[in-house]
Amino acid sequence: MSDHEYTPSSKFGKWFNDRLPLLTLANHLTDYPTPKNLNYWWTFGGILTFCLITQIVTGLVLAMHYIAHADMAFSSVEHIMRDVNYGWLLRYVHANGASMFFLAVYIHIFRSLFYGSYKSPREIIWILGIIIYLLMMAAAFMGYVLPWGQMSFWGATVITNLFSAIPLVGESITTWLWGGYSVDNPTLTRFFTLHYLIPFLILGLVVLHIWALHVPGNNNPVGIDIKKPSKDTVPFHPYIVIKDAFALLMFCIVFALFVFYQPNILGHADNYIEADPLVTPAHIVPEWYLLPFYAILRSVPDKLMGVVAMLSAILILAALPWLDTSKVRSAVFRPLFRQFYWILVADVLILGYVGAMPAEGLYLLIARVATAYYFAHFLIILPVLGWKEKTTPLPLSITEPVLGGSPNLAAARSDEKIEKSIK
Amino acid sequence: MSDQKDEKKTNRRDFLFTATAAAGAVGVGAAVWPLVDQMNPDASVKALASTEVDVSSMQPGQSLTVLWRGKPVFIKRRTEDEIKKARTVDINDLKHPEKDEDRAKNPEWLVMLGICTHLGCVPLTDKGDYDGWFCPCHGSHYDTSGRIRKGPAPTNMEIPKYEFVNTNTIKIG
Repeated sequence: MSDHEYTPSSKFGKWFNDRLPLLTLANHLTDYPTPKNLNYWWTFGGILTFCLITQIVTGLVLAMHYIAHADMAFSSVEHIMRDVNYGWLLRYVHANGASMFFLAVYIHIFRSLFYGSYKSPREIIWILGIIIYLLMMAAAFMGYVLPWGQMSFWGATVITNLFSAIPLVGESITTWLWGGYSVDNPTLTRFFTLHYLIPFLILGLVVLHIWALHVPGNNNPVGIDIKKPSKDTVPFHPYIVIKDAFALLMFCIVFALFVFYQPNILGHADNYIEADPLVTPAHIVPEWYLLPFYAILRSVPDKLMGVVAMLSAILILAALPWLDTSKVRSAVFRPLFRQFYWILVADVLILGYVGAMPAEGLYLLIARVATAYYFAHFLIILPVLGWKEKTTPLPLSITEPVLGGSPNLAAARSDEKIEKSIK
Repeated sequence: MSDQKDEKKTNRRDFLFTATAAAGAVGVGAAVWPLVDQMNPDASVKALASTEVDVSSMQPGQSLTVLWRGKPVFIKRRTEDEIKKARTVDINDLKHPEKDEDRAKNPEWLVMLGICTHLGCVPLTDKGDYDGWFCPCHGSHYDTSGRIRKGPAPTNMEIPKYEFVNTNTIKIG
């Protein structure tokens, strides 16, 4: 993995490293050559690692007080809020931490989409990321069930019923998931177990995600291949470490604003009512981060096709490296793609908005148009754009146009544009 | 060169590979099945399979919701008007064609699972465009026979197995 041989300076270090090369790994991570033009959109990988660790640590201590039983779960959460020392803080950090995790992951994903980070040779990194994202959704959904409030219960009912749309075996699968004939205690205990397990699966996948990243190295805002190490790179430590740390600090300010000033704004009041299998809340809405997919589900009038559309909306992302036929990675050099990119961003935001609204009238119409556009973006616009679009000239390196001696003036000019877009 | 030719032929070693793999697959399958099946409904859940309900105090037009296997069951004593509405519908107009006669053996009593067939919410009684049930989750409308008339639900609300033990008691399950 390392680009050069490493020998620890101390005798003990050498002895240890010969037996378990952890120091070589540490050296690789600190010296890891990173493109020198990475902007702040590249700091979300580190922020996401922080989010994962925060969720694992707060989750671990919450599990010391939480009781996974249909009769006691709701009161044990209230017990955490009222009696346990700092229980309110731990729970609010954990609950808002999930939202912050998704906020960061969406920025991370859309950064990839803008700069073409999913393209060759980084397809595996991208697909690992999609798997992590799917696991995050599973973990978040099951975590939301644990307080056993009304939204927990009915959210669980609606989502598990998605499986009943599968022809022939759907009903048996749903019964198997529930461990009964409805969402009940057996469902709660298994969701707790899986909610505890998934973050560690994610942790393992994150290691693979970073490993796969360290093979080709980071993409960068210009999106060109660079030699490493070279004039175009800086060592990960201290340059990227300090930049990531600063971005993390800013992120934590936003995180803290939610935790300390609006801890319930992202939740639903209905979840402070204990689960009641006889009464469905008037308006069931998932957490904000799942709304775009919920809108897609509801925009299709057929049950099975609705579920298929919702799953395809996520899985289509895994095929993205092959759907986007353009060889140019960064949107900076793709004038048409850039416009469609921002339309897609707006489209997803619109889907999120209509997902929170009742599925009727104008909202339903908007949801259908936005759903159709979402799929059109990936299945029609991206493949066609790769053939038709006239891209602007790429610079030969990150450094060359800036330090002079540029072989081509147009390249230098486009590089100025990048500088601007970074700022 | 003769070695290569031999490799292509099926020999005793191939048989051993196949047999080992097959035996291994059966063994793994047998070991995994208990891990999978433990998630299915257990004996204590199955034991609660039937419920008896006293309906002696119900007046026409009233409805009752009882819990059976953790699911709500609607028991509705229908009025003359509601029965007429349910029975005069042209069956060919229905998304899931079922005669009311088949759904309510005793026309006065409709007993059905109070679960929307879309995604499992509990519909609201005496609501919706067909004066039957309305599901607030995704807007499915059911008629006075619990049949889907409008909205995303694919089928009518399910009729569980039930019987009148005597004139005042219904046994569900």
